[in-house]
Amino acid sequence: MSSNRHPLFMPLILVGGLIFGFGLAYSHMARPEVVLDFLQFEDFGLVFVMFGAAIVSAIAFAVLPRIRDRAPLTGDVYGRRLKSFDRNVLIGGGIFGVGWGLSGICPGAAYASVGIGNVTILWAISGMFAGAYLQGWWRSRHTAADIGSTGAD
Amino acid sequence: MLEITLHAELLQAVPAEAFPNGISRYAIGGLLVGLGVVAIYLGTGIAAGASTFLESTLSYVSDQSRFQRYLGSRDWRVVFTLGIVLGGAIYAVVWQGGAWTTEVQPWRLLVGGVLVGIGTRVGKGCTSGHGVCGVGSASRTSIVGVLTFLSVAIVTAQFVQIAGVSP
Repeated sequence: MSSNRHPLFMPLILVGGLIFGFGLAYSHMARPEVVLDFLQFEDFGLVFVMFGAAIVSAIAFAVLPRIRDRAPLTGDVYGRRLKSFDRNVLIGGGIFGVGWGLSGICPGAAYASVGIGNVTILWAISGMFAGAYLQGWWRSRHTAADIGSTGAD
Repeated sequence: MLEITLHAELLQAVPAEAFPNGISRYAIGGLLVGLGVVAIYLGTGIAAGASTFLESTLSYVSDQSRFQRYLGSRDWRVVFTLGIVLGGAIYAVVWQGGAWTTEVQPWRLLVGGVLVGIGTRVGKGCTSGHGVCGVGSASRTSIVGVLTFLSVAIVTAQFVQIAGVSP
């Protein structure tokens, strides 16, 4: 898998992650307090972060497939991020919502939070791994019912 | 009765100013988050989200069948996450002037984290996968996903505040 990857593949992933993480830190999303301020209607700035990022992505997702067929480093066709809809989207979204509202932290922001020196956030990351393991353990035992669902981001 | 009390609390919660810290840090930060996604997409065609890392990394230590689907992407997802940590660290060193730690209580982070870990994986995405890449793809699934977790998170955070849990 990794042996035939383009030599610039990993460096680009690292640089992309770096810009992504810097943006999360710069926007203060790596601070749970600021996310909680949004959810408690004290500072609506988060709207600009999420939709600002979504608009930038939307432009790339819309324009690139028209000017190029395939990505240079992988040869993959440029596509959009489309997931099938089922009740898991609502159930999972609801559980995530309770967790996000209680803690003020989501996965990407949690990684960036480690970067800004917030060691306390390791509680949240430990919890996330535990939660991801729990659902993976449970779903591995119910694979028959799970056929057809694809990996999520 | 509860509804009336809740309404009164919500009204109190509405701030005099919608953006007490201005909007530039949020708009610039959001732009950068989007640019990070676009940089990876440009080169690889991958629309990356952050929460798959949790499951793909578990495949290194667990042979549960659920995690085996990520064998092909787990190495670059580790690199992506290291990049995110590094980006936060550069901000901390250059702009923040050192480490910053949260006052939010560890039990909230731990319990919330467990629910975030379950919910993002069952719900097929998180704030970056659904919120940025999915919404950016005009995916109906992602738009419904975002509306679900956003509204539930607002209700939860308001209840936490009303219950007097702080920080």
